[in-house]
Amino acid sequence: MTAGLWEHWVLPGIWITVQLTLYSAALATAVAFGVGMARTHRSRLVRFFAAFYTEVFRGTSALVLMFWIFFVLPQLAGWALVPMWAAVLALGLSYGAYGAEVVRGALNAVAPAQREAGVALSFTPWQRMRLILLPQAVPEMIPSFCNLLVELLKGTALVSLLGIGDVSFAAYLVRLATTESAQIYSITLIIYFVLAFLLTRGMKVLERRAKAGIGQFPEPLSTGGWLRFRRSDAKSPELSSTGVTGGGASR
Amino acid sequence: MSAGTHDTGSTDNWDWGAVADFMPHFWDGVLVTLQVLALGSLISFSLGLVWALAFRAPTRLVRWPVGLLTEFVRNTPLLVQLFFLFFVLPEWNIQFSAETTGTLAIGLHYSTYTAQVYRAGIDAVPVGQWEAAKALSLSYRRTWTAVILPQAVRRVVPALGNYVIAMLKDTPLLAGIGVLELLQRSRLEAAQTFQYTEALTVVGVAFILIAYPSSLLLRALERRLVR
Repeated sequence: MTAGLWEHWVLPGIWITVQLTLYSAALATAVAFGVGMARTHRSRLVRFFAAFYTEVFRGTSALVLMFWIFFVLPQLAGWALVPMWAAVLALGLSYGAYGAEVVRGALNAVAPAQREAGVALSFTPWQRMRLILLPQAVPEMIPSFCNLLVELLKGTALVSLLGIGDVSFAAYLVRLATTESAQIYSITLIIYFVLAFLLTRGMKVLERRAKAGIGQFPEPLSTGGWLRFRRSDAKSPELSSTGVTGGGASR
Repeated sequence: MSAGTHDTGSTDNWDWGAVADFMPHFWDGVLVTLQVLALGSLISFSLGLVWALAFRAPTRLVRWPVGLLTEFVRNTPLLVQLFFLFFVLPEWNIQFSAETTGTLAIGLHYSTYTAQVYRAGIDAVPVGQWEAAKALSLSYRRTWTAVILPQAVRRVVPALGNYVIAMLKDTPLLAGIGVLELLQRSRLEAAQTFQYTEALTVVGVAFILIAYPSSLLLRALERRLVR
C-alpha cells in the first residue's frame, strides 16, 4: 500500500469513523437518558410511548433503519439529510434505545428507600431524579455503556454501505486500487480493535472516577488481565436477557 | 442528495400496489434470512462452546490465543469481517458462495458472544459440583458432559436466544456482499421500480414483527428456565 492511499483515504477514514462514533454516542446518550427516565415516569401514557420507542428501535435492524432514513425519509418528508447526519441519526436513535434500557435498569436498581427518603423530604420528582437517583445510578450504567459504545463503534462500519468515506469504505477503495485484500482488511480490523481498546480504557477510567465520586472503589485497573478488556465479569450480565436483544449489544 | 418527492399520481406517497408487487420477493428474502439465521446460530452455538471450553483449558498455550482471537473478533465490526472473508478466502483458493461466506462470518462473529454466555453459565455452576465429580472420580470428559454442561446450558438458553435475535438483526449486513436476503431484495425491488418507500418500509416492519414477539417469548422462557 502506498503512502498516498494511506494519506488520502485511510487516515481521513479513521477520522470520519471517530467523528461518527462521537456524534452518534452523544445523540444516543441524550436519547438514552430521555427515554430511560421517561420509562420511570408516573404517567402511564409517557411510560407507554417510551416503551414503544425502545421496542421499535431495538426491534428493527440498524442497517435497515439507516437505509430507511437515507432513502425513504426524503421521499416522505420532502427533505434529505446530509449522508453523515442521516447515519448519525440512525445510529444514535437505535443505540439510544439500547441505552434507554440500561438507564431504566440502573434507575430501578437504586434502593427504594432512597426514593422514599426523597418523597419524605418533599423533593419534587425532578429534584429526586437529579439529586438522588441519577448520581447513584450513573456509575452503575458505565460498564454497560462501555459495551454499547464498542457496539456503536462497530456499527459505524455500516455507513460504508451508504458510501460515506469511513475507514471501512477506505478499505474498500484501497482493495480496488491495490487488488490486495488480506493486507488492507487486516489493517482495518486492527484499527477498529485499537479504537475499541482505547474506548474501553477511557470508560474504565470514567467508571473509577464516577464510583469514587459516590464513595465506591472498584478493583484497580490492572487486575483482570488486559485480554478480557470488555466487562464480562461481576454479576455476569450475559445471563440476563433484558437488554441483549440488539446488535450484539450485551447489556 | 436531491430531495424531490416521488409522486405516483395520487396525493398519497404510499402505494399498496408496490407492496403487493414486492411480496413474492419478500417471502423469498425471508426464507434466505431464516436459513442464514438457522445455520449461523448452529455455528455460533457449537463454536462458542468450543471457545468456552478452551477458556478453561489446563494450559495457557490454549487459553491465551483463544482469548486473544475471541476478543479480536468480538471487538471488530462484523461488516469488515464479512468483507475480509469474502475477498480474502478466494485469494487463498477457498471458494464459497456469498451466502455461505455470510453464514460463516455471522456464525463466527456471534460465537465470540455465545462463548461469553457459556463461560458465565459454567462459572455459575457451584464449586460443589466440580468437587462432587472429582470425589466420584469421574473422568475429565464425564465431568463436563454429565455434570457441568447440563447445568450450565439450561441456564444460558434464554441468553443464547437473545443473540439469535441480535443475529437476525445483523443479517441485513449480508446485503453488502450481495446475498439475496430481505434488505437486498428490497434494494433490488427499489432499483427496478424507483419506489424506495414501500419495499424498505415493509422490510423494516418485518424485522420488528419477528424480533419483538421473539423477545417476549424469550422473557417468558427465562422466567421458567432460570430458577
